[in-house]
Amino acid sequence: MIANLGLGILLITFIVTVYSAVTAAASNPKGLARLLRSLPSLRAKRFADELEKLETPQRAASMAESARRAMLLTFPLLTLTSLLLIYLLVNDHYEVKFVYEVTSRSMPTYLKVTAWWGGQAGSLLFWSWLMSAFASLVTLRKWDRDREFLPWVIFVSCVTLAFFVGMTAFFENPFRVFYQTETGVEAHFFPPANSIPFTPEDGRGLNPLLRHPGMIIHPPLLYLGFVSYVIPFAFAIAALITGRTDDRWIRLTRRWSLWAWLFLTFGLVLGGRWAYDVLGWGGYWGWDPVEIAAFMPWLTGTAFLHSVMIQEKRGMLKHWNMLLIILTYDLVIFGTFLTRSGVLSSVHAFAQSAIGPLFFVYIAMTLIVSVALVIYRWGELKSETEMNSLLSRESLFLFNNLLFMSILVVCFWGVIYPLTSELFTGSKVTVGPAFYERANGPLFAGLMFLMGIAPLSAWGHSTLKTLGRAMWLPTIAAVLVTVAIFATYTHNVYALIGFFLVAFVILITLYEYWRGSRARMKIHSENILTAFWNLTARDRRRYGGYIVHISMMLMAIGILGIELFQMETQGTLEVGQQQSIGGYDVVYKDIARFTGPDGREVTRATLSIYRGNEYLGDLHPRIDYYWDSQQSMTIPGQRATMKDDLYILLVNWEPASATGATFKIYVNPLVNWLWMGSLLFLIGIIIAAWPDKDPERVAVRAGKRARQASAAD
Amino acid sequence: MKLNKFVIGGLLILGAVVFLIANATKDASQYFMTVDELKAEGPAIVDKNLRVSGAVIGDTIQYDPSTLTLTFEVAHVPAEDATLKDEGGLAEALHQATIDPSRSRMTVVYVGVKPDLLRNEAQAIVTGSVGADGVFHAEELLLKCPTRYEEAVPEQAG
Repeated sequence: MIANLGLGILLITFIVTVYSAVTAAASNPKGLARLLRSLPSLRAKRFADELEKLETPQRAASMAESARRAMLLTFPLLTLTSLLLIYLLVNDHYEVKFVYEVTSRSMPTYLKVTAWWGGQAGSLLFWSWLMSAFASLVTLRKWDRDREFLPWVIFVSCVTLAFFVGMTAFFENPFRVFYQTETGVEAHFFPPANSIPFTPEDGRGLNPLLRHPGMIIHPPLLYLGFVSYVIPFAFAIAALITGRTDDRWIRLTRRWSLWAWLFLTFGLVLGGRWAYDVLGWGGYWGWDPVEIAAFMPWLTGTAFLHSVMIQEKRGMLKHWNMLLIILTYDLVIFGTFLTRSGVLSSVHAFAQSAIGPLFFVYIAMTLIVSVALVIYRWGELKSETEMNSLLSRESLFLFNNLLFMSILVVCFWGVIYPLTSELFTGSKVTVGPAFYERANGPLFAGLMFLMGIAPLSAWGHSTLKTLGRAMWLPTIAAVLVTVAIFATYTHNVYALIGFFLVAFVILITLYEYWRGSRARMKIHSENILTAFWNLTARDRRRYGGYIVHISMMLMAIGILGIELFQMETQGTLEVGQQQSIGGYDVVYKDIARFTGPDGREVTRATLSIYRGNEYLGDLHPRIDYYWDSQQSMTIPGQRATMKDDLYILLVNWEPASATGATFKIYVNPLVNWLWMGSLLFLIGIIIAAWPDKDPERVAVRAGKRARQASAAD
Repeated sequence: MKLNKFVIGGLLILGAVVFLIANATKDASQYFMTVDELKAEGPAIVDKNLRVSGAVIGDTIQYDPSTLTLTFEVAHVPAEDATLKDEGGLAEALHQATIDPSRSRMTVVYVGVKPDLLRNEAQAIVTGSVGADGVFHAEELLLKCPTRYEEAVPEQAG
């Protein structure tokens, strides 16, 4: 019953989104007519004339309003659908296939709720629900100055929404119910002939790997990031169609793209943390195609974040920004699809999945149409100024963009290489993490270098001399730091280059802060803290960005540490025996096996950790075996410090065997800096993205400032 | 003149990226192979980076806990999904491979902890290279056991 209700509402939602998209487009026939005119066909031109006659201000306004209301309806509709699905999940309705696949009786209620995004069908619904929430949020804002954008923002949002809701309704529907027929048990919407309803006793349960707190927050955050990027894309398309191709669309969506970036970054970091805590291989990132699929929109999104500044300040790179946001949008769609289906394991698996080809058709269509729009507006997107100094801020930002795009190309190549080589040569070849590390390493180093010098360069024109004057002091300090690291910590060349760049960026950024604060202290006779506070408050985007840069460097310290200095050992220990690694002595004390509350069998070892004679505490690595899904999970025992992590895995123990228990022990140096860095990142981005009291007025003021700045050049 | 330096800079980056990709691809490529394909290649394949999948023969598993050296044999299983389906699914194909003495076999040596899942009829996916003696030296050992977890539809009750 409830499953049928869910299905019904989902279908209604689909109709509403299609209605809203069509009405929104039809409310602006002049916009359509203009597009038609550009086609080299006489008939299209005549049709365009007819269309233009249709537009009257009253009709346009009432249709746009109707489209807007229809769109606002999608949020309550999808909320209701989602609540119905959650009801089914929480109340053990195993006759529903989706519920059977992702929950089981032994799961606690909160996990049954989060099972919503534990499978493909549910996560598509989750995506649609978020999308409808964001689209509604956007249409609620004041549109007085941007009336002409509204129908097209609604159009793009609703086309996207219609695609996802349609996908959920027609292909990956979570409301299919089991029926027993003559040939076996099948899942259908309505009972087939000669069938009786079928309810399994218990569900298969959520994959144990997904029952971790990190996995509960990680997918929603990633999806929030994905979905937020639809909004800047919608505004970009609106700008292209209406011909209002100044930087208005960028200013309107600046906060959206910042929040999107925040969610995406944090989603990625949490995914890494989850892998570190749960997957039990001592690492946090494996260059898996699924990870890369989520990483690629982050790359274009980060490039976009930087390059829009050039358009705002200098009126350049307008084509590029359009292309970047289009690419980000399509990578988001690609990522959504990939993260929940294992298509990249083989070409064949892809052809077998029903929604795979549809996703690719959708991506291809949106890409072609959007790029065609950019080409159509090519002339109007001409740069207002010319780039002429290699060391100017805009030029360095351009290089930053090139590097981000290069990393994207490397990642994309790595992902599609197995597919293309299988198609063209017949032999299946894959590239491992080594490929990404070797190809991306120098590119990341280049980005770090730019991160150091770009904040010092001026818009318009910079020379080596002006740059050198600003950076010689921090550079010398960074060299000294590197020498100290060489003397005390490591002789590894890659590590030294990495640590030099980290020190370089952090010191230059802090120096910038110091110079800014000192100037304020002199001019406004403020004390250092007030000066520092006011400096940040006055230009939050800039100084928030600096904090983000520093946080990225802290994360780089962690990555360098674990990538270059990880130590590991393994061995089978008997009770009382000890193993030593990286200055730690690990003594195996005892082991116990017991049954946990949610249907898992826990095997938990106790090890005492010593450094020399000093007792540091006990660690408890364990193996959880889940009966419902017949899968085990290896949870490490961790002792985290800023210097290094001791990370112990219980690999094997059989009650009957006399040989003792087998452990794998890692020492992961500096990895905690990665997690600390991500917290600082959060602070930095919130400073940069926090809404102003009156965004309109600030935007106007910023516009004036930019004009003054360019006049000063 | 102004444009030139940007073009040169861009081309330099482009060239560097192409070089990095080509170089890293060459060094980090792994070839997916079945046991049959590997045997057919003969000595040409020695020391190349490979990933081979096969069915574990339970009787051949030997483990020395003092040196952590694990030795076992795998038998050929087809890689194509269509062929697997003809043989009745992965579980059935693995079963057939272990009882069919005419299948080509390969000895695998792995140094490390013996995985729980290593047992007769498990699918082993090994990454490493073949020595001149034809023994596969695995750096990484993945095991898959077809379970009810992969079945889409529940078994009939009663």
